[in-house]
Amino acid sequence: MIAFREKIIPVSVVVLVILAAWYAFAILLNAPFQTDINKRLDQKQDLVSFVESTWAQRKPVLPAPHQIASNFFKNTFEVRVTSRRSLVYNSWVTLSSTLVGFAFGTILGALIAVGIVHVPALDKSFMPWIIASQTIPILAIAPMVIVVFAAIGVTGLIPKALISAYLSFFPVAVGMVKGLRSPEILNLDLMHTYNASRSQIFWKLRVPASVPFLFTSMKVAVAASLVGAIVGELPTGAVAGIGAKLLAGSYYSQTIDMWSALVAGSIVAVLLVAAVGVTGRIVERRMGSRGA
Amino acid sequence: MSRGTAAVTAATNGAPSREGLSSAAMVVHAKGLGLTFETGDGPVDALSDVSLEIEKGEFVSFIGPSGCGKTTFLRVIADLERPTRGSISVNGMTPEEARQARSYGYVFQAAGLFPWRTIERNVTLPLEIMGYPQAEQRERVRRTLDLVNLTGFEKKYPWQLSGGMQQRASIARALSFDADLLLMDEPFGALDEIVRDHLNSQLLELWARTNKTICFVTHSIPEAVYLSTKIVVMSPRPGRVTDVIRSTLPAERPLDIRESAEFLKIAHRVREGLRTGHSYED
Repeated sequence: MIAFREKIIPVSVVVLVILAAWYAFAILLNAPFQTDINKRLDQKQDLVSFVESTWAQRKPVLPAPHQIASNFFKNTFEVRVTSRRSLVYNSWVTLSSTLVGFAFGTILGALIAVGIVHVPALDKSFMPWIIASQTIPILAIAPMVIVVFAAIGVTGLIPKALISAYLSFFPVAVGMVKGLRSPEILNLDLMHTYNASRSQIFWKLRVPASVPFLFTSMKVAVAASLVGAIVGELPTGAVAGIGAKLLAGSYYSQTIDMWSALVAGSIVAVLLVAAVGVTGRIVERRMGSRGA
Repeated sequence: MSRGTAAVTAATNGAPSREGLSSAAMVVHAKGLGLTFETGDGPVDALSDVSLEIEKGEFVSFIGPSGCGKTTFLRVIADLERPTRGSISVNGMTPEEARQARSYGYVFQAAGLFPWRTIERNVTLPLEIMGYPQAEQRERVRRTLDLVNLTGFEKKYPWQLSGGMQQRASIARALSFDADLLLMDEPFGALDEIVRDHLNSQLLELWARTNKTICFVTHSIPEAVYLSTKIVVMSPRPGRVTDVIRSTLPAERPLDIRESAEFLKIAHRVREGLRTGHSYED
Protein backbone atom coordinates (compact mmCIF):
# COMPACT_ATOMS: atom_id res chain seq x y z
CA MET A 1 0.00 0.00 0.00
CA ILE A 2 1.50 3.32 -1.04
CA ALA A 3 1.52 5.58 1.97
CA PHE A 4 -1.37 8.01 2.09
CA ARG A 5 1.12 10.84 2.29
CA GLU A 6 2.77 9.73 -0.93
CA LYS A 7 -0.58 9.70 -2.70
CA ILE A 8 -1.80 13.03 -1.43
CA ILE A 9 0.82 15.21 -3.10
CA PRO A 10 0.35 13.99 -6.68
CA VAL A 11 -3.43 14.03 -6.27
CA SER A 12 -3.38 17.56 -4.87
CA VAL A 13 -1.21 18.77 -7.72
CA VAL A 14 -3.62 17.33 -10.27
CA VAL A 15 -6.59 18.87 -8.45
CA LEU A 16 -4.92 22.28 -8.41
CA VAL A 17 -4.13 22.08 -12.11
CA ILE A 18 -7.73 21.16 -12.86
CA LEU A 19 -9.03 24.04 -10.73
CA ALA A 20 -6.72 26.51 -12.45
CA ALA A 21 -7.83 25.31 -15.88
CA TRP A 22 -11.46 25.50 -14.75
CA TYR A 23 -11.18 29.12 -13.68
CA ALA A 24 -9.49 29.95 -16.97
CA PHE A 25 -12.23 28.30 -19.01
CA ALA A 26 -14.89 30.00 -16.89
CA ILE A 27 -13.49 33.37 -17.90
CA LEU A 28 -13.36 32.30 -21.54
CA LEU A 29 -16.87 30.87 -21.74
CA ASN A 30 -18.62 33.51 -19.65
CA ALA A 31 -16.88 36.47 -21.30
CA PRO A 32 -19.28 36.87 -24.29
CA PHE A 33 -22.30 37.24 -21.99
CA GLN A 34 -20.42 39.63 -19.73
CA THR A 35 -19.39 41.88 -22.63
CA ASP A 36 -23.03 41.79 -23.72
CA ILE A 37 -24.19 43.00 -20.30
CA ASN A 38 -21.56 45.72 -20.25
CA LYS A 39 -22.67 46.94 -23.66
CA ARG A 40 -26.32 47.04 -22.58
CA LEU A 41 -25.62 48.76 -19.27
CA ASP A 42 -23.14 50.96 -21.03
CA GLN A 43 -20.50 50.39 -18.42
CA LYS A 44 -16.82 49.83 -18.74
CA GLN A 45 -14.86 47.39 -16.58
CA ASP A 46 -11.16 47.04 -16.12
CA LEU A 47 -9.65 43.58 -16.50
CA VAL A 48 -9.72 42.56 -12.86
CA SER A 49 -13.37 43.45 -12.25
CA PHE A 50 -14.28 41.92 -15.65
CA VAL A 51 -12.72 38.65 -14.62
CA GLU A 52 -14.43 38.78 -11.24
CA SER A 53 -17.75 39.40 -12.93
CA THR A 54 -17.33 36.38 -15.17
CA TRP A 55 -16.91 34.37 -12.01
CA ALA A 56 -20.02 35.77 -10.36
CA GLN A 57 -22.78 35.57 -12.95
CA ARG A 58 -26.14 34.25 -11.88
CA LYS A 59 -26.60 31.91 -14.82
CA PRO A 60 -23.11 31.37 -16.18
CA VAL A 61 -22.26 29.11 -19.09
CA LEU A 62 -19.52 27.56 -16.98
CA PRO A 63 -19.86 28.22 -13.27
CA ALA A 64 -16.68 28.86 -11.35
CA PRO A 65 -15.69 26.24 -8.77
CA HIS A 66 -16.46 28.48 -5.81
CA GLN A 67 -19.98 29.15 -7.16
CA ILE A 68 -20.59 25.40 -7.44
CA ALA A 69 -19.10 24.83 -4.03
CA SER A 70 -21.32 27.41 -2.29
CA ASN A 71 -24.43 26.15 -4.09
CA PHE A 72 -23.55 22.55 -3.16
CA PHE A 73 -22.90 23.52 0.42
CA LYS A 74 -26.17 25.42 0.64
CA ASN A 75 -28.27 22.65 -0.86
CA THR A 76 -26.67 19.91 1.16
CA PHE A 77 -26.17 21.36 4.61
CA GLU A 78 -28.28 24.48 4.88
CA VAL A 79 -31.50 23.05 3.56
CA ARG A 80 -33.73 20.58 5.38
CA VAL A 81 -32.85 17.03 4.35
CA THR A 82 -36.41 16.20 3.40
CA SER A 83 -37.01 19.25 1.24
CA ARG A 84 -37.15 18.96 -2.53
CA ARG A 85 -34.15 21.22 -2.93
CA SER A 86 -31.89 19.12 -0.76
CA LEU A 87 -29.15 17.33 -2.63
CA VAL A 88 -29.17 14.70 0.09
CA TYR A 89 -32.81 13.89 -0.58
CA ASN A 90 -32.35 13.84 -4.34
CA SER A 91 -29.23 11.76 -4.08
CA TRP A 92 -31.08 9.31 -1.90
CA VAL A 93 -33.89 8.95 -4.47
CA THR A 94 -31.40 8.16 -7.20
CA LEU A 95 -29.33 5.97 -4.91
CA SER A 96 -32.29 3.82 -3.90
CA SER A 97 -33.16 2.90 -7.48
CA THR A 98 -29.42 2.45 -8.21
CA LEU A 99 -29.05 -0.07 -5.40
CA VAL A 100 -32.20 -2.00 -6.24
CA GLY A 101 -31.26 -2.10 -9.94
CA PHE A 102 -27.70 -3.09 -9.06
CA ALA A 103 -28.94 -5.98 -6.93
CA PHE A 104 -31.27 -7.21 -9.71
CA GLY A 105 -28.56 -6.76 -12.33
CA THR A 106 -25.92 -8.62 -10.34
CA ILE A 107 -28.20 -11.56 -9.65
CA LEU A 108 -29.38 -11.66 -13.26
CA GLY A 109 -25.82 -11.42 -14.56
CA ALA A 110 -24.65 -14.20 -12.24
CA LEU A 111 -27.52 -16.47 -13.28
CA ILE A 112 -26.79 -15.85 -16.95
CA ALA A 113 -23.13 -16.67 -16.36
CA VAL A 114 -23.99 -19.91 -14.56
CA GLY A 115 -26.24 -20.85 -17.47
CA ILE A 116 -23.61 -20.08 -20.08
CA VAL A 117 -20.93 -22.09 -18.30
CA HIS A 118 -23.09 -25.16 -17.70
CA VAL A 119 -25.36 -25.33 -20.74
CA PRO A 120 -23.46 -25.60 -24.05
CA ALA A 121 -26.49 -24.46 -26.06
CA LEU A 122 -26.67 -21.25 -24.06
CA ASP A 123 -22.95 -20.74 -24.45
CA LYS A 124 -23.21 -20.72 -28.22
CA SER A 125 -26.44 -18.81 -28.62
CA PHE A 126 -26.79 -16.39 -25.75
CA MET A 127 -23.67 -14.26 -25.77
CA PRO A 128 -24.35 -12.50 -29.10
CA TRP A 129 -27.80 -11.50 -27.86
CA ILE A 130 -26.45 -10.15 -24.62
CA ILE A 131 -23.83 -8.11 -26.40
CA ALA A 132 -26.39 -6.84 -28.90
CA SER A 133 -28.62 -5.78 -26.04
CA GLN A 134 -25.94 -3.42 -24.79
CA THR A 135 -25.42 -1.72 -28.12
CA ILE A 136 -28.89 -0.15 -28.09
CA PRO A 137 -28.52 3.38 -26.69
CA ILE A 138 -29.94 3.55 -23.21
CA LEU A 139 -31.43 6.98 -23.86
CA ALA A 140 -33.64 5.34 -26.46
CA ILE A 141 -34.79 2.48 -24.25
CA ALA A 142 -35.30 4.41 -21.03
CA PRO A 143 -38.32 6.45 -22.16
CA MET A 144 -39.97 3.33 -23.60
CA VAL A 145 -39.51 1.43 -20.35
CA ILE A 146 -40.85 4.31 -18.26
CA VAL A 147 -43.86 4.89 -20.50
CA VAL A 148 -44.75 1.19 -20.77
CA PHE A 149 -44.60 0.75 -17.03
CA ALA A 150 -46.53 3.92 -16.38
CA ALA A 151 -49.24 2.57 -18.67
CA ILE A 152 -49.68 -0.45 -16.41
CA GLY A 153 -49.59 1.74 -13.36
CA VAL A 154 -46.04 1.08 -12.15
CA THR A 155 -44.13 4.27 -11.58
CA GLY A 156 -41.33 5.51 -9.40
CA LEU A 157 -38.57 3.20 -8.31
CA ILE A 158 -39.26 -0.01 -10.27
CA PRO A 159 -38.94 1.25 -13.85
CA LYS A 160 -35.76 3.16 -12.95
CA ALA A 161 -34.38 0.11 -11.17
CA LEU A 162 -35.07 -1.95 -14.28
CA ILE A 163 -33.06 0.43 -16.40
CA SER A 164 -30.24 0.24 -13.87
CA ALA A 165 -30.44 -3.54 -13.89
CA TYR A 166 -30.34 -3.55 -17.68
CA LEU A 167 -27.09 -1.62 -17.67
CA SER A 168 -25.46 -3.49 -14.81
CA PHE A 169 -26.14 -7.13 -15.65
CA PHE A 170 -23.76 -7.16 -18.61
CA PRO A 171 -20.44 -6.53 -16.84
CA VAL A 172 -21.40 -9.03 -14.16
CA ALA A 173 -22.36 -11.67 -16.73
CA VAL A 174 -19.16 -11.27 -18.72
CA GLY A 175 -16.95 -11.15 -15.63
CA MET A 176 -18.59 -14.15 -14.00
CA VAL A 177 -18.35 -16.28 -17.15
CA LYS A 178 -14.61 -15.65 -17.09
CA GLY A 179 -14.48 -16.23 -13.36
CA LEU A 180 -16.45 -19.48 -13.39
CA ARG A 181 -14.18 -20.74 -16.14
CA SER A 182 -11.01 -19.57 -14.43
CA PRO A 183 -10.04 -22.73 -12.48
CA GLU A 184 -7.03 -24.50 -13.94
CA ILE A 185 -7.51 -27.80 -15.73
CA LEU A 186 -5.40 -29.35 -12.98
CA ASN A 187 -8.00 -28.50 -10.35
CA LEU A 188 -10.83 -29.68 -12.58
CA ASP A 189 -8.99 -32.99 -13.11
CA LEU A 190 -8.54 -33.21 -9.35
CA MET A 191 -12.28 -32.88 -8.78
CA HIS A 192 -12.80 -35.48 -11.51
CA THR A 193 -10.62 -37.97 -9.64
CA TYR A 194 -12.86 -37.52 -6.60
CA ASN A 195 -15.88 -38.24 -8.81
CA ALA A 196 -17.33 -34.91 -7.69
CA SER A 197 -20.76 -34.02 -9.05
CA ARG A 198 -21.22 -30.93 -11.23
CA SER A 199 -22.87 -29.12 -8.38
CA GLN A 200 -19.99 -29.94 -6.03
CA ILE A 201 -17.49 -28.71 -8.60
CA PHE A 202 -19.58 -25.54 -8.97
CA TRP A 203 -19.85 -24.68 -5.29
CA LYS A 204 -16.43 -25.87 -4.14
CA LEU A 205 -14.27 -24.79 -7.04
CA ARG A 206 -15.88 -22.48 -9.57
CA VAL A 207 -17.68 -20.10 -7.22
CA PRO A 208 -14.73 -19.37 -4.88
CA ALA A 209 -12.43 -18.99 -7.89
CA SER A 210 -14.76 -16.41 -9.44
CA VAL A 211 -14.99 -14.07 -6.43
CA PRO A 212 -12.21 -11.66 -7.57
CA PHE A 213 -13.83 -11.48 -11.01
CA LEU A 214 -17.21 -10.83 -9.44
CA PHE A 215 -16.06 -7.85 -7.43
CA THR A 216 -14.20 -6.32 -10.34
CA SER A 217 -17.27 -6.50 -12.55
CA MET A 218 -19.46 -5.24 -9.71
CA LYS A 219 -17.42 -2.05 -9.59
CA VAL A 220 -18.22 -1.42 -13.25
CA ALA A 221 -21.81 -2.54 -12.75
CA VAL A 222 -22.54 -0.20 -9.86
CA ALA A 223 -21.31 2.82 -11.82
CA ALA A 224 -23.39 1.77 -14.84
CA SER A 225 -26.34 1.26 -12.54
CA LEU A 226 -26.08 4.85 -11.28
CA VAL A 227 -26.01 6.12 -14.86
CA GLY A 228 -29.11 4.07 -15.56
CA ALA A 229 -30.98 5.52 -12.61
CA ILE A 230 -30.12 9.09 -13.60
CA VAL A 231 -31.05 8.47 -17.24
CA GLY A 232 -34.31 6.94 -16.06
CA GLU A 233 -35.23 10.22 -14.42
CA LEU A 234 -34.72 12.32 -17.51
CA PRO A 235 -37.30 11.36 -20.11
CA THR A 236 -40.57 11.84 -18.24
CA GLY A 237 -39.61 14.76 -16.07
CA ALA A 238 -39.40 13.04 -12.73
CA VAL A 239 -39.73 15.33 -9.76
CA ALA A 240 -37.00 13.92 -7.56
CA GLY A 241 -33.52 12.56 -8.01
CA ILE A 242 -30.23 13.72 -9.45
CA GLY A 243 -31.52 13.37 -12.99
CA ALA A 244 -34.61 15.35 -12.07
CA LYS A 245 -32.46 18.16 -10.69
CA LEU A 246 -30.38 18.13 -13.86
CA LEU A 247 -33.52 18.34 -15.92
CA ALA A 248 -35.05 21.13 -13.84
CA GLY A 249 -31.79 23.01 -13.98
CA SER A 250 -31.74 22.83 -17.74
CA TYR A 251 -35.36 23.97 -18.05
CA TYR A 252 -34.73 27.09 -15.97
CA SER A 253 -31.13 27.67 -17.07
CA GLN A 254 -29.98 27.17 -13.50
CA THR A 255 -26.53 26.06 -14.58
CA ILE A 256 -25.08 26.30 -11.11
CA ASP A 257 -27.79 23.96 -9.80
CA MET A 258 -27.02 21.55 -12.61
CA TRP A 259 -23.33 21.48 -11.80
CA SER A 260 -24.13 21.03 -8.12
CA ALA A 261 -26.29 18.05 -8.94
CA LEU A 262 -23.46 16.68 -11.09
CA VAL A 263 -21.04 16.96 -8.21
CA ALA A 264 -23.51 15.21 -5.94
CA GLY A 265 -23.89 12.43 -8.48
CA SER A 266 -20.13 12.04 -8.77
CA ILE A 267 -19.74 11.80 -5.01
CA VAL A 268 -22.42 9.10 -4.90
CA ALA A 269 -20.61 7.22 -7.68
CA VAL A 270 -17.26 7.43 -5.91
CA LEU A 271 -18.80 6.21 -2.66
CA LEU A 272 -20.53 3.29 -4.38
CA VAL A 273 -17.44 2.10 -6.24
CA ALA A 274 -15.32 2.53 -3.11
CA ALA A 275 -17.86 0.57 -1.07
CA VAL A 276 -17.77 -2.30 -3.57
CA GLY A 277 -13.99 -2.18 -3.63
CA VAL A 278 -13.63 -2.25 0.13
CA THR A 279 -16.16 -5.07 0.44
CA GLY A 280 -14.25 -6.98 -2.21
CA ARG A 281 -10.99 -6.60 -0.36
CA ILE A 282 -12.50 -7.69 2.94
CA VAL A 283 -14.07 -10.78 1.36
CA GLU A 284 -10.82 -11.71 -0.38
CA ARG A 285 -8.86 -11.30 2.85
CA ARG A 286 -11.29 -13.63 4.61
CA MET A 287 -10.76 -16.08 1.75
CA GLY A 288 -7.05 -16.18 2.36
CA SER A 289 -5.75 -13.93 -0.39
CA ARG A 290 -2.27 -12.61 0.04
CA GLY A 291 -3.57 -9.03 0.22
CA ALA A 292 -1.24 -7.83 -2.49
CA MET B 1 16.05 -56.70 -23.37
CA SER B 2 13.29 -56.83 -25.98
CA ARG B 3 11.64 -53.73 -27.34
CA GLY B 4 7.90 -53.35 -27.63
CA THR B 5 5.77 -55.35 -25.24
CA ALA B 6 7.14 -56.52 -21.95
CA ALA B 7 4.71 -58.47 -19.84
CA VAL B 8 6.07 -59.46 -16.48
CA THR B 9 4.52 -62.18 -14.46
CA ALA B 10 7.57 -63.77 -12.88
CA ALA B 11 10.51 -62.16 -11.18
CA THR B 12 13.33 -61.87 -13.66
CA ASN B 13 16.07 -61.45 -11.14
CA GLY B 14 14.94 -63.85 -8.46
CA ALA B 15 14.47 -61.08 -5.87
CA PRO B 16 11.05 -61.23 -4.16
CA SER B 17 8.60 -58.36 -4.45
CA ARG B 18 7.64 -56.56 -1.28
CA GLU B 19 4.39 -58.38 -0.63
CA GLY B 20 5.30 -61.86 -1.88
CA LEU B 21 4.02 -63.08 -5.23
CA SER B 22 1.67 -65.73 -3.93
CA SER B 23 -0.81 -63.32 -2.39
CA ALA B 24 -0.34 -60.55 -4.94
CA ALA B 25 -3.57 -59.24 -6.43
CA MET B 26 -3.52 -57.40 -9.72
CA VAL B 27 -4.18 -53.77 -8.94
CA VAL B 28 -3.59 -52.66 -12.51
CA HIS B 29 -3.75 -55.00 -15.48
CA ALA B 30 -3.15 -53.50 -18.92
CA LYS B 31 -3.23 -55.53 -22.14
CA GLY B 32 -2.25 -54.16 -25.51
CA LEU B 33 -3.20 -50.68 -24.36
CA GLY B 34 -3.01 -47.96 -27.01
CA LEU B 35 -3.93 -44.29 -27.09
CA THR B 36 -3.79 -42.12 -30.18
CA PHE B 37 -4.41 -38.39 -29.89
CA GLU B 38 -5.88 -36.66 -32.91
CA THR B 39 -4.01 -33.39 -33.02
CA GLY B 40 -3.94 -30.60 -35.57
CA ASP B 41 -0.66 -31.96 -36.91
CA GLY B 42 -1.97 -35.48 -37.37
CA PRO B 43 -2.36 -38.48 -35.05
CA VAL B 44 0.07 -38.88 -32.16
CA ASP B 45 0.64 -42.35 -30.68
CA ALA B 46 0.94 -41.50 -27.02
CA LEU B 47 0.71 -45.17 -26.03
CA SER B 48 1.33 -48.15 -28.22
CA ASP B 49 0.73 -51.78 -27.24
CA VAL B 50 1.44 -51.41 -23.52
CA SER B 51 0.93 -54.58 -21.51
CA LEU B 52 1.71 -54.35 -17.83
CA GLU B 53 0.69 -55.78 -14.49
CA ILE B 54 1.02 -54.00 -11.18
CA GLU B 55 0.64 -56.06 -8.04
CA LYS B 56 -0.70 -54.94 -4.68
CA GLY B 57 1.83 -53.25 -2.47
CA GLU B 58 4.34 -52.52 -5.21
CA PHE B 59 6.07 -49.25 -5.74
CA VAL B 60 6.29 -48.91 -9.51
CA SER B 61 8.18 -46.09 -11.19
CA PHE B 62 7.62 -45.07 -14.77
CA ILE B 63 10.63 -43.42 -16.31
CA GLY B 64 11.33 -42.05 -19.71
CA PRO B 65 11.85 -38.81 -21.61
CA SER B 66 9.04 -36.39 -22.51
CA GLY B 67 6.46 -37.87 -24.80
CA CYS B 68 7.06 -41.48 -23.84
CA GLY B 69 3.55 -41.89 -22.53
CA LYS B 70 4.25 -42.31 -18.82
CA THR B 71 1.91 -39.52 -17.72
CA THR B 72 -0.65 -40.64 -20.29
CA PHE B 73 -0.59 -44.18 -18.87
CA LEU B 74 -1.12 -42.83 -15.37
CA ARG B 75 -4.01 -40.72 -16.58
CA VAL B 76 -5.58 -43.76 -18.28
CA ILE B 77 -5.46 -45.62 -14.96
CA ALA B 78 -7.13 -42.56 -13.36
CA ASP B 79 -9.81 -42.38 -16.08
CA LEU B 80 -8.61 -38.91 -17.03
CA GLU B 81 -7.94 -40.22 -20.56
CA ARG B 82 -9.71 -42.93 -22.51
CA PRO B 83 -7.60 -45.49 -24.40
CA THR B 84 -8.34 -46.01 -28.07
CA ARG B 85 -7.16 -49.64 -28.18
CA GLY B 86 -6.62 -52.54 -25.82
CA SER B 87 -7.93 -53.07 -22.31
CA ILE B 88 -7.09 -52.08 -18.78
CA SER B 89 -8.55 -53.00 -15.43
CA VAL B 90 -8.02 -51.27 -12.11
CA ASN B 91 -8.82 -53.29 -8.98
CA GLY B 92 -10.74 -55.64 -11.26
CA MET B 93 -12.98 -52.83 -12.57
CA THR B 94 -12.83 -50.48 -15.54
CA PRO B 95 -10.96 -47.24 -14.82
CA GLU B 96 -14.25 -45.36 -14.84
CA GLU B 97 -15.77 -47.64 -12.22
CA ALA B 98 -12.59 -47.40 -10.18
CA ARG B 99 -12.77 -43.61 -10.34
CA GLN B 100 -16.41 -43.60 -9.31
CA ALA B 101 -15.53 -45.91 -6.44
CA ARG B 102 -12.78 -43.44 -5.47
CA SER B 103 -10.19 -46.19 -5.49
CA TYR B 104 -7.12 -44.02 -5.89
CA GLY B 105 -5.52 -40.78 -4.85
CA TYR B 106 -3.84 -38.68 -7.51
CA VAL B 107 -0.94 -36.33 -6.89
CA PHE B 108 -0.25 -33.90 -9.71
CA GLN B 109 2.96 -32.19 -10.76
CA ALA B 110 1.83 -28.97 -9.15
CA ALA B 111 0.33 -29.08 -5.69
CA GLY B 112 -2.97 -27.66 -6.96
CA LEU B 113 -4.14 -26.58 -3.52
CA PHE B 114 -7.12 -24.21 -3.47
CA PRO B 115 -5.70 -20.82 -2.46
CA TRP B 116 -8.88 -19.76 -0.67
CA ARG B 117 -8.79 -22.75 1.69
CA THR B 118 -6.48 -23.38 4.62
CA ILE B 119 -4.26 -26.46 4.49
CA GLU B 120 -6.69 -28.25 6.76
CA ARG B 121 -9.66 -27.46 4.51
CA ASN B 122 -7.65 -28.42 1.45
CA VAL B 123 -7.01 -31.86 2.90
CA THR B 124 -10.69 -32.24 3.81
CA LEU B 125 -11.79 -31.36 0.26
CA PRO B 126 -12.10 -35.00 -0.92
CA LEU B 127 -13.66 -35.95 2.42
CA GLU B 128 -16.33 -33.27 2.04
CA ILE B 129 -17.08 -34.44 -1.49
CA MET B 130 -17.30 -38.05 -0.38
CA GLY B 131 -19.57 -37.21 2.54
CA TYR B 132 -17.50 -38.13 5.57
CA PRO B 133 -18.89 -36.86 8.89
CA GLN B 134 -17.22 -33.82 10.42
CA ALA B 135 -15.61 -35.59 13.36
CA GLU B 136 -14.08 -38.22 11.12
CA GLN B 137 -12.82 -35.52 8.75
CA ARG B 138 -10.97 -33.83 11.58
CA GLU B 139 -9.41 -37.10 12.67
CA ARG B 140 -8.28 -37.99 9.16
CA VAL B 141 -6.76 -34.55 8.60
CA ARG B 142 -4.81 -34.82 11.83
CA ARG B 143 -3.59 -38.28 10.89
CA THR B 144 -2.53 -37.54 7.31
CA LEU B 145 -0.85 -34.24 8.13
CA ASP B 146 1.10 -36.10 10.78
CA LEU B 147 2.10 -38.69 8.17
CA VAL B 148 3.62 -36.00 5.96
CA ASN B 149 5.06 -34.04 8.89
CA LEU B 150 2.91 -30.97 8.46
CA THR B 151 1.33 -30.95 11.92
CA GLY B 152 0.85 -27.37 13.07
CA PHE B 153 0.22 -25.96 9.59
CA GLU B 154 -3.51 -26.68 9.54
CA LYS B 155 -4.61 -23.04 9.69
CA LYS B 156 -2.08 -21.72 7.21
CA TYR B 157 -2.89 -20.79 3.64
CA PRO B 158 -1.03 -22.36 0.69
CA TRP B 159 0.82 -19.17 -0.16
CA GLN B 160 2.39 -19.27 3.28
CA LEU B 161 4.01 -22.65 2.60
CA SER B 162 7.09 -23.49 0.54
CA GLY B 163 6.81 -25.58 -2.61
CA GLY B 164 7.91 -28.75 -0.86
CA MET B 165 5.40 -28.24 1.93
CA GLN B 166 2.61 -27.59 -0.54
CA GLN B 167 3.44 -30.85 -2.30
CA ARG B 168 3.39 -32.66 1.03
CA ALA B 169 -0.06 -31.19 1.71
CA SER B 170 -1.12 -32.41 -1.71
CA ILE B 171 0.09 -35.91 -0.81
CA ALA B 172 -1.76 -35.72 2.50
CA ARG B 173 -4.90 -34.81 0.59
CA ALA B 174 -4.45 -37.85 -1.67
CA LEU B 175 -4.03 -40.10 1.36
CA SER B 176 -6.92 -38.75 3.42
CA PHE B 177 -9.63 -41.05 2.08
CA ASP B 178 -7.61 -44.28 2.40
CA ALA B 179 -7.51 -45.26 -1.23
CA ASP B 180 -5.22 -48.23 -1.69
CA LEU B 181 -3.71 -46.96 -4.90
CA LEU B 182 -1.65 -43.79 -5.10
CA LEU B 183 -0.90 -42.29 -8.50
CA MET B 184 1.85 -39.70 -8.48
CA ASP B 185 2.80 -37.70 -11.57
CA GLU B 186 6.29 -36.23 -11.12
CA PRO B 187 5.27 -34.79 -7.74
CA PHE B 188 8.75 -33.61 -6.86
CA GLY B 189 9.72 -32.40 -10.33
CA ALA B 190 9.46 -28.71 -9.49
CA LEU B 191 11.56 -28.95 -6.31
CA ASP B 192 15.28 -28.66 -5.76
CA GLU B 193 17.41 -31.74 -5.18
CA ILE B 194 17.88 -31.33 -1.43
CA VAL B 195 14.17 -31.04 -0.76
CA ARG B 196 13.60 -33.85 -3.21
CA ASP B 197 15.98 -36.21 -1.37
CA HIS B 198 14.21 -35.43 1.89
CA LEU B 199 10.78 -36.03 0.40
CA ASN B 200 11.93 -39.25 -1.28
CA SER B 201 12.93 -40.78 2.03
CA GLN B 202 9.75 -39.49 3.65
CA LEU B 203 7.75 -41.09 0.86
CA LEU B 204 9.42 -44.43 1.41
CA GLU B 205 8.66 -44.23 5.12
CA LEU B 206 5.09 -43.40 4.32
CA TRP B 207 4.84 -46.33 1.95
CA ALA B 208 6.22 -48.66 4.60
CA ARG B 209 3.66 -47.45 7.12
CA THR B 210 0.61 -47.48 4.87
CA ASN B 211 1.29 -50.43 2.55
CA LYS B 212 -0.26 -48.75 -0.45
CA THR B 213 0.35 -49.53 -4.09
CA ILE B 214 2.16 -46.57 -5.62
CA CYS B 215 2.58 -45.70 -9.30
CA PHE B 216 5.17 -42.99 -9.59
CA VAL B 217 6.05 -41.11 -12.78
CA THR B 218 9.46 -39.47 -12.86
CA HIS B 219 12.13 -38.34 -15.23
CA SER B 220 14.91 -38.77 -12.69
CA ILE B 221 16.78 -42.08 -12.92
CA PRO B 222 18.19 -41.99 -9.34
CA GLU B 223 14.75 -41.21 -7.98
CA ALA B 224 13.17 -44.09 -9.88
CA VAL B 225 15.81 -46.58 -8.78
CA TYR B 226 15.83 -45.35 -5.17
CA LEU B 227 12.09 -45.48 -4.60
CA SER B 228 10.80 -48.47 -6.55
CA THR B 229 10.35 -52.17 -6.31
CA LYS B 230 9.74 -52.21 -10.06
CA ILE B 231 10.88 -49.79 -12.75
CA VAL B 232 9.10 -49.48 -16.06
CA VAL B 233 11.30 -47.89 -18.71
CA MET B 234 9.41 -46.22 -21.52
CA SER B 235 10.41 -44.45 -24.70
CA PRO B 236 8.66 -42.11 -27.12
CA ARG B 237 7.44 -42.06 -30.70
CA PRO B 238 5.40 -44.15 -30.25
CA GLY B 239 5.05 -44.30 -26.46
CA ARG B 240 5.88 -47.87 -25.42
CA VAL B 241 7.47 -49.96 -22.69
CA THR B 242 11.09 -50.78 -23.37
CA ASP B 243 11.99 -52.67 -20.18
CA VAL B 244 10.56 -53.72 -16.85
CA ILE B 245 13.14 -54.05 -14.09
CA ARG B 246 12.51 -55.77 -10.77
CA SER B 247 14.64 -54.05 -8.17
CA THR B 248 17.05 -56.14 -6.11
CA LEU B 249 17.54 -53.49 -3.48
CA PRO B 250 16.39 -54.30 0.06
CA ALA B 251 13.25 -52.78 1.57
CA GLU B 252 15.24 -50.69 4.03
CA ARG B 253 16.89 -47.97 1.98
CA PRO B 254 18.93 -45.20 3.54
CA LEU B 255 19.90 -42.40 1.18
CA ASP B 256 23.47 -43.73 1.05
CA ILE B 257 22.29 -46.74 -0.87
CA ARG B 258 22.41 -44.55 -3.95
CA GLU B 259 26.16 -44.97 -4.03
CA SER B 260 26.16 -48.75 -3.71
CA ALA B 261 27.17 -51.06 -6.57
CA GLU B 262 23.74 -52.66 -6.71
CA PHE B 263 22.10 -49.29 -7.16
CA LEU B 264 24.46 -48.32 -9.95
CA LYS B 265 23.86 -51.61 -11.71
CA ILE B 266 20.13 -51.06 -11.76
CA ALA B 267 20.58 -47.45 -12.86
CA HIS B 268 22.81 -48.68 -15.65
CA ARG B 269 20.15 -51.10 -16.78
CA VAL B 270 17.63 -48.25 -16.81
CA ARG B 271 19.93 -46.22 -19.00
CA GLU B 272 20.38 -49.16 -21.33
CA GLY B 273 16.62 -49.42 -21.62
CA LEU B 274 16.41 -45.73 -22.46
CA ARG B 275 19.14 -46.10 -25.04
CA THR B 276 17.44 -49.00 -26.80
CA GLY B 277 14.34 -46.88 -26.93
CA HIS B 278 16.31 -44.20 -28.74
CA SER B 279 15.57 -41.83 -25.89
CA TYR B 280 18.99 -40.25 -26.14
CA GLU B 281 18.70 -39.44 -29.81
CA ASP B 282 16.89 -36.54 -31.43
